[in-house]
Amino acid sequence: MEEPQVASKKVKAITFGIFSPKLVKKMAAVKVITPELYDREGYPVDGGLMDTRMGVIDPGLRCKTSGAKLKEDLGHFGYIELARPVMHVKFASVLLNILRASCRECSQPLMTKQKQTVALKRLEQVEAESGVTNKHVAVKELLASMKVTGKCPHCNAKQGKITIEKPTTYLEDEKRISPIEVRTRLEKIPDAALPLFGLNPHVMRPEWTVLTILAIPPVTMRPSITLETGERSEDDLTHKLGDIVRINQRLFENINAGAPEIIIEDLWDLLQYHITTFFDNNIAQLPPARHRSSQPLKTLCERIKSKEGRIRHNLAGKRVNFSARTVISPDPMISVNEVGVPKIIAKKLTVPERVTEWNFERLKQFVERGPNAYPGANYVIRPDGRRKKITDETKEALLEELQPGFLVERHLMDGDIALFNRQPSLHRMSMMCHKVRILPYRTFRLNPVVCHPYNADFDGDEMNLHIPQTEEARAEAKFLMMVQTQLISPRYGLSVIGCIQDAISGNYLLSQEEAIPRHVAIRMLAQAGVMEFKTLPNKNTVSGREIFSVLLPSDFNFSGHSRRSKKSGKEEKDPSYVIIKKGKLQQGILDRANLGEGSGLLLRNLHKQYGPDQTIDILEKIFRLGVHYLLYRGFTAGIADTDLDKDTWAQVNAELNKADEDVRILINDYAAGNLEALPGRTVEETLEIRILENLNNARNKAGSVVQQQGTGTSHTRIMADSGARGNIINLAQMSAVVGQQAMRGKRIDKGYYQRTLSCFRKGDLLPESRGFIRSGFRKGLNPKEFFFQAMTGRDSLMDTALRTPKSGYLYRRLANAMQDLKVEYDGSVRDSAGRIVQFAYGEDGIDVSKSESGTLNVKRALEVEQ
Amino acid sequence: MTASTRPSTRIPDIPAVITRSLPPRLREELENASSGLNGAGKKQAEERINAAYHAMQVEPGESVGLVAAESIGEPGTQMTLNTFHFAGVSEMNITVGLPRIIEILDGRKTISTPMMEIFLKKPHNNGKNIRELAMQIKMTTLQDLVLAFRTNLLENTIVIELDVKALERLDMSAADVQKPLGKSFRSAKISRSDNELTVTLNPTKGAPINEIFKIKEKLKGVHVKGIKGITQILPIKRDDEYMIITAGSNLKDVISLDFVDSERTISNDVHEVRDILGIEAAREMIVLELMKVIETQGLNVDVRHIMLVADTMCSGGTIKGITRYGIIAEKSSVLARASFETPIKHVFLAAMAGEIDQLTSVIENVMINQPVPLGTGLPQLSAKR
Repeated sequence: MEEPQVASKKVKAITFGIFSPKLVKKMAAVKVITPELYDREGYPVDGGLMDTRMGVIDPGLRCKTSGAKLKEDLGHFGYIELARPVMHVKFASVLLNILRASCRECSQPLMTKQKQTVALKRLEQVEAESGVTNKHVAVKELLASMKVTGKCPHCNAKQGKITIEKPTTYLEDEKRISPIEVRTRLEKIPDAALPLFGLNPHVMRPEWTVLTILAIPPVTMRPSITLETGERSEDDLTHKLGDIVRINQRLFENINAGAPEIIIEDLWDLLQYHITTFFDNNIAQLPPARHRSSQPLKTLCERIKSKEGRIRHNLAGKRVNFSARTVISPDPMISVNEVGVPKIIAKKLTVPERVTEWNFERLKQFVERGPNAYPGANYVIRPDGRRKKITDETKEALLEELQPGFLVERHLMDGDIALFNRQPSLHRMSMMCHKVRILPYRTFRLNPVVCHPYNADFDGDEMNLHIPQTEEARAEAKFLMMVQTQLISPRYGLSVIGCIQDAISGNYLLSQEEAIPRHVAIRMLAQAGVMEFKTLPNKNTVSGREIFSVLLPSDFNFSGHSRRSKKSGKEEKDPSYVIIKKGKLQQGILDRANLGEGSGLLLRNLHKQYGPDQTIDILEKIFRLGVHYLLYRGFTAGIADTDLDKDTWAQVNAELNKADEDVRILINDYAAGNLEALPGRTVEETLEIRILENLNNARNKAGSVVQQQGTGTSHTRIMADSGARGNIINLAQMSAVVGQQAMRGKRIDKGYYQRTLSCFRKGDLLPESRGFIRSGFRKGLNPKEFFFQAMTGRDSLMDTALRTPKSGYLYRRLANAMQDLKVEYDGSVRDSAGRIVQFAYGEDGIDVSKSESGTLNVKRALEVEQ
Repeated sequence: MTASTRPSTRIPDIPAVITRSLPPRLREELENASSGLNGAGKKQAEERINAAYHAMQVEPGESVGLVAAESIGEPGTQMTLNTFHFAGVSEMNITVGLPRIIEILDGRKTISTPMMEIFLKKPHNNGKNIRELAMQIKMTTLQDLVLAFRTNLLENTIVIELDVKALERLDMSAADVQKPLGKSFRSAKISRSDNELTVTLNPTKGAPINEIFKIKEKLKGVHVKGIKGITQILPIKRDDEYMIITAGSNLKDVISLDFVDSERTISNDVHEVRDILGIEAAREMIVLELMKVIETQGLNVDVRHIMLVADTMCSGGTIKGITRYGIIAEKSSVLARASFETPIKHVFLAAMAGEIDQLTSVIENVMINQPVPLGTGLPQLSAKR
């Protein structure tokens, strides 16, 4: 089994159709005649539902049809002969249309022969031109036009009104038509007319949907489970089939005994009910069949349907071996394209390696070390596909017989290829290829630089690891999915990875540092992974920029905005504007605008000029340099960062008092009727808008007052300024004022009648009664303020909770609709049927992940190579 | 090994390689950048850009559809659900964020906040008479012009007392109101005296009390002036010119007004745009609207992904939503349709029609454990016999 096999067969197409009674009988291995399952010894009864001719589910038994043991084949169908024909629910609505559209007497379609030929031709044309879905629509229209015919054009018979009493009873002029009658009518419809009803005579006849015999699915499809007590618990399908067989037997007996018609009718209806619920137990008009514990049975339709059904759960999604999952934790010292794998996991996950005469000795040693010593091996696979576990007992024998051609499943080792994934896998960067690095302890380790594409953090996140088992898979993973090949996002054409957190604040500070002792610089560079220091100027003290420059290639030129210079709008003149010439950082402050993900072109240009491998190497070093600079310098955030000096407090308070006063004036104006309405607004709305404007203004002013305070060297400020984390508003909210709490773009106005909380007066419009929080987080909120904040907090929590499933469904729909669009060899985009969607992808054929933010920068492209 | 080729009958013959020339924008940029160069330098520059451009082309087999879906789906998780956004100063609010994206991609016939941006022709866009022009567009119903209704059950009449001030504001007379009323109520007689209109109903018609009340309600909604459907107007100034933003949309009537610049005026109702201006315009509108939402959310998604979505929705000539009734129903593969939603229905329909699944797309091949015909799964080995 494990031997890689040459695919000699391939499914080319799947044809859908319906089994005829004849075929059901022909392919059946058993005719089921008794509802009993097992005899007294616990063996399956012949002619029962667990008959071993339908396959086996017990170890030790052999299938009487094919001789196969457990799990060796798929089993075989059986059948039961029904005492009376029974309708198939799933075809009920189709049959209704057919019955209405065909003559009650002669079963011809209610349409003249000429019209029939025209209609048939049209249907064919519709199918050829616009697909089956549109054909279904055309058939529907055709049926609608036929069923209004009052008189048969062939035999002139009057047409009664046919209605359906759901789910499966037909009435003609209020009189019941029995399934037998339905069947005879359907039998008389000529093959040639079937396409008019949307049926294909090559695969089905309408009368087959009135069941005379019922196929019994193989035992393997409905295995029973043995409980701990030794008791057997049968599958839901077996239960249902048991009911069917039992009622069917009784119906047979009663018919043979000549029982009164009423009893027979009742039994017949009961049989119909059981067969209906065997197919679908969720029919609106029928009570669902239940277990004794009143839990509804899961029958055929429920097995297929929905997310947990066969299609989405087992066919479109599969389970795999050679995978692992555990908590992740950060390790900036391993490479971006590595993943730290715990030794315990490495001993379980294996890589198959074929024994050749060149690696014979090496692999022998693996086998010798066995499954417990690392690095060892767990299994040996013989050329005939037999797989042998390596244990202390088998080891000697295996070593003896090991020879070229064998496969050894050896433990995972450094440098092996692995796929690493974090759910939800929303884009292709959610699953990337890493090289394995065996590490101690029990968590997966990853470089924090790749957190962003995975959207991972370390608050308990878990991730999955898969080990490709064939050379093809490894090659694809390595060349198409390796982290460095995924640097540029196909969403917006910029780098998805970049420095985060401490690495940004570290480099931000470093690039402003003028004097660092040379030995310290060398130490930091060494910690960052640099081994070559000749580009570091030979001085006693070096500047931060000189240290940073060591990481850059010596022919790299770049200029770009920092966060500060982008604001000022000045380019070279602003000292924070980044200029790199010949691999020297000449001026500028490095911050998120250049080092962060998804922004700036520094990383994008490195990538373009030096390729992915060197880019991640440089990025890693930049990251480590930043972190180690912070370690050298010392960096912490404390409550003192939120201190405000006296003057600042006075200014903040003045702003807030002024806003308060302004609002009072507005409210008085409104009360006096002096407030002028804004165009298109009522006076009340105008008041609200003006108040909100005033209060937001006050908060912003308070924020800028806080920003101007002191020299701005507190560590919290540094984090905000460099873009590492947080912003100035967060800081102002902590130290000065939280500000207005808004819900749906308005101040809070819900709650009690005309007021928000019972501690306010009715109709109070003052800031504090409508959700303005005057305190800062540091001072602490008073109870009212706390409550208002809780309100908006809950609101945003709700928003997130409601958004996730909505956007998830949107994504599923998009992915489903578009998954088979691909670029053809001529550059056009086509779907799986070959229909052209675009003549050139994106109108210019540019692959976003190869572009710079979606374009080709002509100027830069010419510059770079000159 | 059995040599197999994907039957060429499935997909029409595709020409080998197409060398694309530079798109106009790049050509223009190249000309600007190389304007200072001499002949040889120019040629060199052109070659370089050509090479760079061709290096950026998508590779055959790239699953651009899935990439587009990911590129829209992934930022979808970051979008706000706050339905409304207040445009400008007015209370006009428009649906934004995720709900708007869903609305567009669903291809809904009626959208929650239809809106128009009306540009004006040259002399009118200087803002002098912008208010009057805007009032001409705004829909006025009788309700807006009435002080009171008086129903007289005995005489079967409804007396409408008009609001003189409102009439003045709209530059209308009572006669202007009488006309549209007469048009929509042919059976009734309408007479006018000063600022009162009297509607005399046809007395032969049954139960008068009920009837009169119903008619009164109907009268309220009679459209007397302006353009149907435009419920609100907001004149604004944008880049040195005045224009009008409206709530409610009626593209056909608005662009036929003589002072409206019909070339730039747009509606955000994609279906309406399709009906009036055609599928190409609708496709462009989908792209614009989606981009607008994504940008206002501060997210970054390349247009190419949006264009691909818009093109799949519009490639049939009508707008098909990304739903099980829209483009997913159009798929040729039974299993692909069944794997999305309502699998039972699809399987039964396929069985009755005897459909054949050719296994040309992704999901069917996943189901039966075969390589998917995308990317590295695309190349096939073909051998001569």
